[in-house]
Amino acid sequence: MWASINELRERIHADSSEEIVAEYLERIGSSKLNAYITVAKESALSRAREIDSESNDGPLAGIPVAIKDNISTKGILTTCASKILTGYIPPYDAHVIERLKGAGAVIIGKTNMDEFAMGTSTETSFYGSTKNPWDTDRVPGGSSGGSAAAVAGDEAPLALGSDTGGSVRCPASFCGIVGLKPTYGVISRYGLIAYANSLEQIGPFATNVRDVATLFDVVAGYDVRDSTSVDREEKYSSALENDVSGLKIGVPEEYFGEGTDEKVEKAVWDAIHKLEDLGASRTEVRMPHTKYALAAYYIIAMSEASSNLARFDGMRYGLRTEDSDWHTTFSQVRAAGFGDEVKRRIILGTYALSAGYHDKYYLKALQVRTLIKQDFEQAFKDVDVLIAPTMPYPAFKLGEKIGDPLSLYLADVDTVPINLAGVPSISVPCGFSEGLPIGMQIIGKHFDEATILKAAYTFEENTDFHSKRPEEI
Amino acid sequence: MITKKDLEHIAWLSRLELSEEDREKYTPKLNSVLDYFGELDKVDTEGVEPTYHVLALSNVFRDDEINSPTKSLSQEEALSNAPKKHDGFFKAPRMM
Amino acid sequence: MYENPDGVKIGLEVHVQLNKLKTKVFCGCTTDYHNDPPNSHVCPVCLGLPGSLPVINKKAVEAAIKVGLALNCKIEEHTQFYRKNYYYPDLPKGFQITQYDFPISSQGYIMIEGEDGELKVRITRAHMEEDPGRLVHEGTIDKSKYTLIDYNRSGMALLEVVSEPDLRSPKEARRYLDKLRNILEYLDVFDGNLEGALRVDANISIMGGQRAEVKNISSHKGAERALLYEIVRQKNVVRRGGVVVQETRHFDEAREITLSMRTKEEAHDYRYFPEPDLVPLKISGWAPAIKETLPELPDARRMRFVEQYGITDDHAKALTSELKLAIFYENVAKKADPKTAAVWICDVLKGELNYRNLTIDSFKKEHMLSVIGLLASKNITEDGAVDIIRTILDKGGTPEEIVREKGLIKVEGDIVETAALEAIKENPQAVADFKAGKEKALNSLVGAVMKKTKGRADARAAREILLGKLG
Repeated sequence: MWASINELRERIHADSSEEIVAEYLERIGSSKLNAYITVAKESALSRAREIDSESNDGPLAGIPVAIKDNISTKGILTTCASKILTGYIPPYDAHVIERLKGAGAVIIGKTNMDEFAMGTSTETSFYGSTKNPWDTDRVPGGSSGGSAAAVAGDEAPLALGSDTGGSVRCPASFCGIVGLKPTYGVISRYGLIAYANSLEQIGPFATNVRDVATLFDVVAGYDVRDSTSVDREEKYSSALENDVSGLKIGVPEEYFGEGTDEKVEKAVWDAIHKLEDLGASRTEVRMPHTKYALAAYYIIAMSEASSNLARFDGMRYGLRTEDSDWHTTFSQVRAAGFGDEVKRRIILGTYALSAGYHDKYYLKALQVRTLIKQDFEQAFKDVDVLIAPTMPYPAFKLGEKIGDPLSLYLADVDTVPINLAGVPSISVPCGFSEGLPIGMQIIGKHFDEATILKAAYTFEENTDFHSKRPEEI
Repeated sequence: MITKKDLEHIAWLSRLELSEEDREKYTPKLNSVLDYFGELDKVDTEGVEPTYHVLALSNVFRDDEINSPTKSLSQEEALSNAPKKHDGFFKAPRMM
Repeated sequence: MYENPDGVKIGLEVHVQLNKLKTKVFCGCTTDYHNDPPNSHVCPVCLGLPGSLPVINKKAVEAAIKVGLALNCKIEEHTQFYRKNYYYPDLPKGFQITQYDFPISSQGYIMIEGEDGELKVRITRAHMEEDPGRLVHEGTIDKSKYTLIDYNRSGMALLEVVSEPDLRSPKEARRYLDKLRNILEYLDVFDGNLEGALRVDANISIMGGQRAEVKNISSHKGAERALLYEIVRQKNVVRRGGVVVQETRHFDEAREITLSMRTKEEAHDYRYFPEPDLVPLKISGWAPAIKETLPELPDARRMRFVEQYGITDDHAKALTSELKLAIFYENVAKKADPKTAAVWICDVLKGELNYRNLTIDSFKKEHMLSVIGLLASKNITEDGAVDIIRTILDKGGTPEEIVREKGLIKVEGDIVETAALEAIKENPQAVADFKAGKEKALNSLVGAVMKKTKGRADARAAREILLGKLG
């Protein structure tokens, strides 16, 4: 159980990909986690047989990968966990899917998420909540909760999510696995159904840093179809060395502020001290605009979302209600197709961009974004990485926060500044609180994934938090 | 502060039909978020440039070549998800 | 000085398709879709499928700069794309990628022939955007039970050329459009003959009142008619004591009227913001090199024709009003007398082409050279030359074949003498009239001679002979 890529490769070599895929499918079939919206059973098995017969030597040959349901997969239902995309089968593959197929990976299914990635708990899905494998009364985090729960619950060895304001790192933290949000532009967004274009990146999940790096190697890279994609071919997995000597760690005190659970705070500090013991040095840094990041983030994300989601009108794909005149039909399709949280965000985003409010909200938020970006630039003059809690607390209970949008937004306080600045951050397990995993994030400079992967790898090699598994399942 | 009347206008601008009940339910929640957004008023942004793009990229182009970098779909593929179609067209409701 | 009695002010927003590009502005779909089934040249990008992203066609930007320079615009240092958020079924993403602040070019002008001489029409801006799809209504837009959508056109590169309200009459508006179209064709970025190549929104007000925006005008003739209708409508509103309201009106091309589009959608708030999926352009450095490649534009060519070929300004204007015609003329003028060529091309050939709704493509320059050659060697008459041109257009063939088949070689001497004598004999009334001092009666006798010689006689010679016989 919970096999790594290397272990799976050996098993595929000895047995077959088909057997491996069948085992995962069986676990998915008997699972209560609701991690998947669509299980691509037939296509996964036939692809596995194909791989077996052609002796594919790609880096992920025959290995199943779960895909967040906001990533376009040709021929496989893609819903964004929204009723409005009922029945939508994309006629094209996202860039990352092409890359995965090229590497021999088997797409095993599409994972549950907050509707259009708008949430921190995977509770806004039209397809019901996903449950946390460590405690099925608790949320897996969000919005890529299905992907994280699938990996933590051994329903896939690898998964892709997307991170607009923490949507990879939060569920990685809540589910006790590793999740990476790369530098903006490193992975092509072509085929990622946009929530907030200027903030989001696709990111890999796995139970360990090496597998995250291997998956990242496969999906990262330049794509001419994404104008914000960056031409930086790098082999990230070769950066993994058990060595942090000379690494300068910055600790931003603003991330340990009010509302942070004491056990989380302690676990992260213990981890920092551990890295110091291993040869890293530590300084405290100030990031004075951190407290404004959340408001700026939500304004920008909602503004972009209000426009991104305007295409869902029921004319070309998805849900269609009964016809009246076009404008009325449009608003009825959307009334029937979107859930409450999506509606609220569209409304707030529309408001923030509307005549008279554009400068007060949207423009102001982008100016604050500049200040936050400058905080990072300033901090990175003196340090190589920043370390902070990923989430201020461990996984909360299903239903606990969903009724109060603002309190749920506040949970993203430590993750959103990273997206505003476009820097990379990896969440790794660093402790437990009453049986629930705690994650810390190691944040790097633009395009310096190699350094944070190396730090995360070294921490993992010298601790055993990542090897703990949920007992409940 | 958004009033229920403002909400009606914004909802129409967003093409979201809201019932009276929805408006009742949404208004206080939206206002609590907007209050929170008002925090930004405390930041001095005089002379600060907005960050639209986090990376300083410019001049990204494609060449004028057919099927590059995206390939055309067949008519069948293009219409494959259409809830309503007619003679190769997407079929939308009447305009007025 | 033009009085502009109704205080008409017209500003035009002209949407020009850069249809000579191979592909659309943000994706690799072909621009060559005009004869193909609906939705057969679309991809995830121009269909607005979830997850797709636009990428800018470099050639489209170059073409836009070319046009900006030709319209005497300033090319901006920094330009970028914005989203214009509004909803219409032809818009597959629920927003249009266009430009807002920082358009690619602005503050230019074009010179046109106004009501009272040369008129400078200021260009506010010329910005890039994507074309929406095409809607088909059953019957008219207000009665149709459903709306059909074809996205083949979606994503075509458009240039929106916005003028200041400097135009004072529908005629000036039409001339402005003709001139703009002419310039675009010279630049080789635009083929005006393709459907949907040029669409116009017109803002028009009278006597300082509110302006109406008339949409859905698809030709220069349509623009003139829509504006004429709109002036009458607005005058009637004022005459009845009403007030013209600011509104959008839809031009119904078949009925030649404008219809109010006042629906709930009127409350526009476009919520412009920079397109996050496209990065800014810094292209002012391209302008000097592109300027070097600009071809000679219509006004410059007109002046050169007058100077180089010694033809009249009217002829030069007519010849340069269409790029292909200008090229045709120059090819002929290189090998024949330029003045004769101008007369025959402008005064005869162009009229015959217009009458048949044909373009200059339907006539070979070699044939024009033959006709001029036959005239110069006095082998055919002018009437014969006209006959040749008409025959080529109607039935085809070469001038030489037609001369042979129709026997158009000019006749002289005895044949004309005999015809003249017969004409005098057969038209005693005309002869009497002429002798009584009615000089015009001679024309009917000349006509009779021409008829008898099947046009092959030289009319001037026939006249001389008749005068000799009657004198």
